[in-house]
Amino acid sequence: MSRRLPHVQGERIDRGNTVEFTFEGRRLQGYRGDTISSALVASGARVLGRSFKYHRPRGLLSAAGHDVNALMQVRREDGSVPNVRADVVQVAADWDINAVNTRGGLARDRLAIFNRLAPFLPVGFYYKAFHSKRWFPRWERMFRNLTGLGEVDLRAPHRSTPKRYEFCDVLVIGAGPSGLAAALAAAEQGASVLLVDENSSAGGSGLYARGGATQFAQQTEALIATAQGNPRIRLLTSTYAACYYADHWVALVSPECLVKVRARGVIVAQGAYEQPAVFRGNDLPGVMLASAAQRMLYHYAVVTARRVAVLTSNSEGYAAALDALAHGVELAAVLDLRLEAGVDSTAAAQELVRRGVPIHYGVKPIEAVAGADGGVASLVFESTAGVAPGKHTLDLDSVWMSVGFAPANALLHQADARMSYERSTEQFVPQTLPPGIYACGKVNGVYSFADRLEDGRNAGACAAGQIGFGIAVERRAAIAARECPTHPYPVFPHPRGKEFVDFDEDLQVKDLRNACQEGFDSSELLKRFSTVGMGPSQGKHSNMNALRILANVRGEPIERLGPTTARPMFHPVPLAHLAGRGFTPERRTALDSDHEARGAVWMPAGNWRRPEYYAIAGKSREQAIADEVRAVRARVGMIDVGTLGKIEVHGPHAAQFLERLYTARFANLKVGMTRYGLLLDEAGVVVDDGVIGRLGEQAFYFTTTTGNSATLFREFGRLATSWDLPVGLVNLTGHYAALNLAGPASRAVLREHTELDLADVAFPYLGVREAQVAGAPCRIMRVGFVGELGYEIHVPFQHAADVWRALLASGSRFQIQPFGVEAQRMLRLEKGHVIVGQDTDGITNALEIGMPWAIKMDKPFFIGQRSLRVLAKQPRRQTLVGFTLPSSDEASVQARRRPKECHLVLDGGQIAGRVTSVGWSPTLARCIGLGLVTPQVALRKHLRVRIDRGEEIDVEVVQAPFYDPSGERQRVGDPL
Amino acid sequence: MKLMTCPINGPRVISEFAYGGEVRSMPDPEKADDAAWADYVFNHNSLPAVKAEWWCHTPSGVWFIAERDTATDTILRTSLYAIWRGQGQAVS
Repeated sequence: MSRRLPHVQGERIDRGNTVEFTFEGRRLQGYRGDTISSALVASGARVLGRSFKYHRPRGLLSAAGHDVNALMQVRREDGSVPNVRADVVQVAADWDINAVNTRGGLARDRLAIFNRLAPFLPVGFYYKAFHSKRWFPRWERMFRNLTGLGEVDLRAPHRSTPKRYEFCDVLVIGAGPSGLAAALAAAEQGASVLLVDENSSAGGSGLYARGGATQFAQQTEALIATAQGNPRIRLLTSTYAACYYADHWVALVSPECLVKVRARGVIVAQGAYEQPAVFRGNDLPGVMLASAAQRMLYHYAVVTARRVAVLTSNSEGYAAALDALAHGVELAAVLDLRLEAGVDSTAAAQELVRRGVPIHYGVKPIEAVAGADGGVASLVFESTAGVAPGKHTLDLDSVWMSVGFAPANALLHQADARMSYERSTEQFVPQTLPPGIYACGKVNGVYSFADRLEDGRNAGACAAGQIGFGIAVERRAAIAARECPTHPYPVFPHPRGKEFVDFDEDLQVKDLRNACQEGFDSSELLKRFSTVGMGPSQGKHSNMNALRILANVRGEPIERLGPTTARPMFHPVPLAHLAGRGFTPERRTALDSDHEARGAVWMPAGNWRRPEYYAIAGKSREQAIADEVRAVRARVGMIDVGTLGKIEVHGPHAAQFLERLYTARFANLKVGMTRYGLLLDEAGVVVDDGVIGRLGEQAFYFTTTTGNSATLFREFGRLATSWDLPVGLVNLTGHYAALNLAGPASRAVLREHTELDLADVAFPYLGVREAQVAGAPCRIMRVGFVGELGYEIHVPFQHAADVWRALLASGSRFQIQPFGVEAQRMLRLEKGHVIVGQDTDGITNALEIGMPWAIKMDKPFFIGQRSLRVLAKQPRRQTLVGFTLPSSDEASVQARRRPKECHLVLDGGQIAGRVTSVGWSPTLARCIGLGLVTPQVALRKHLRVRIDRGEEIDVEVVQAPFYDPSGERQRVGDPL
Repeated sequence: MKLMTCPINGPRVISEFAYGGEVRSMPDPEKADDAAWADYVFNHNSLPAVKAEWWCHTPSGVWFIAERDTATDTILRTSLYAIWRGQGQAVS
């Protein structure tokens, strides 16, 4: 039963190329260029899918990408693809296609039982039924089984979807008559134009809304040809603009990928979605939008009906009736909801009467009745004027609805356009548009073909002129419609319901009324409670009617309610298009491969990776770390500290600048010496710390902590600007690698590779020197972070591995041990040295961490100083204390009953602080730690700490440092 | 994506910029009493208005002042600090 017509001018199918495919187990044929829907309808199918909730049979509705009841599971060579939109996706050879969301196939879907259960599934059913804790899991299991659309094929091959970028002067969205006219006008003035259309070909309604004639199609074809011949216009078809972002940044979705366009002006010519009438049985297969029938006729040469009634209230409906006659479809009647034809419909009405078509006026559709196949078989209606006023029943196999349009204005909303409701067209139109945004054609409330061309030309000329192409043109007001294209209330409730407002979610008129009754009577609440407009078509065919019903219930004009927001993306986008490659850049130090070769176990540090420790076969993590600690204390160790921030400051104001930044004093710092400084914020909270070395009178080199280096360097630049201190700031973090050679034997190891005098008098503790080490120009600082004689050697990145290896080689006689971050943490904990960010938090001020020596309150100014003066007058909120656990031979027992970082310190059941650092010290053979606690408990002998599983233990308060309190070892070192 | 015009590098996408806070004048730490100082440190004005803000073009490290209407997120003007201040702009 082929419904294919002989050749139709403008058809998009290739009759020389047959495509065979399977649908629901049946082998069928179409042509190349057919969509799944057009091929199915051509072979006589009317039922294309089942509805989401009641599993009612559904057919063609829009044929424009919004037929969400005709979603298909397509099995093809490269895997099974869910939720393929049958109405727009072109069918290909050997596809195995099945309707989604059925049990036992489309024809005998067992879940159709829900159609009869409908009275027990009122609006808000979910919210009312599923709140019981006991029953919820059962309900959830059941509904997860019942609902859902297509099935994701987890074995589908990976497909990468790189993003593309485009730039243009004017972006025109929609290549219908107004969009084509706009693109041409803008290009004529010299602008480069990107013209996009969601359909597989340009032309829009210009090619299918023909009214049985050829002139509009011919004019549109001519426009397309001119646009294609214009070198300034690029046309992208099968591509839709999904969202608008600030400054004319638009995301285009093409079949292959996401395209991000930056335009200088945007013209929205997206047209309007034709809207269904709401009456009983309006969802039956065969009842469709007139534009869907016209698209089938002219794009695919498919006739959707043998005998049809056109339900209309505009001139577009009369045009569709003429299209039906032109292709041999029997026209049962034209049913006009209005009392008479409008000015633009009169000529067509006379033509129809002349050709013997009965026209009824004042029509009220009562119900569409289904036949044996589930599709429409007759239509019952009443009329008050026209050929025969009264109640009638028409036998037919299709109803074409042409009762109005909703503007496709989602992008305009996203661009922050103000909308107003226009009575002459019964639609929202843009009232004020942001600069550089234009709307033309149906979305602007302009409907007749000639008017749309005019509107488009003006918009295109304005958009080009506004950005300096050609002469500036004034944007004219939208041309007023002579006949209203949209019925103000095409809603006809039936006592037995089944008048569908939302085909995605199976919502009927009573559902919306009940939702209003329950108090959800604003557009946003109605949407959320009833789910209207929340299905895959995002309300393109339901929001306006729902809004009209809401206005009707509230007895208010529609403009008082306002539409719901259409957020990006306004049309579904395949997740693959949005997915990007994981891109988390990781920085690696100059010595990364050396660490790797040595068995480093990695840990993240800021955006670097650092060795946590070096694994040794047969030793546990704890044992390996303890060995590293012991090596530094007894012999010599070496750690890669290349991740530290490294900054140079130059200029006559450099010392003054640093004095304002850090708590320490630098004006009197001698060249060749370093000093430790704290960096605070304006509230006196500790933000960072570092060692600042003076290389010359006007040159300083200093370090920041790993994680803060980039943001601090940036902030230093801002502060220098705002303080009017012209200093040169250089970020050398990546330029220099750094390693810390520490331990009693470190001097002996270093001596082999440098001519620098390392004697204590020549290069004292806290000194900084520039010298060659293993042939590389280095900066060496004598630091004491780990509490032993130590040299922090900063070496240009490219020489780092040489220096590292040379020191390892000569250190072998002392059994030099590379050590990781964990060992360093323990070494500094034994010394009671604070790690900013671990032993401090976002509110720990500088007075609370026991470093009065580092804070020079008598300086003229440093960041946070004034706040510290306030804080100094107040009682301390917390203070940093050291603690220890009794020594124990049974390390294993201790490990289990040891506090961890962030365990709470208690005082009479109340929180009195927390543990900030803790660990087992191999040097002291006991567990030691630091805690931030209230001053009251800090004075006690013991702290009560709640450890894992709620157990409470006492730890002994001791004065830090735990090891070498006088600091002898780092100052002088062993005379090795 | 939003565009911002760096006074040195011209219009660039907003992801290249970092926000540095509203331009606020610090009271003289020697003269301000504790209450006035605490007010400066802790009470920031978040009311929407045209504000002068610090912004940094991160790849080049250029700090500058953007005058921005925070109610509409409209960037009205960007200029280097010295030029902006030379024009006698009041700081809130």
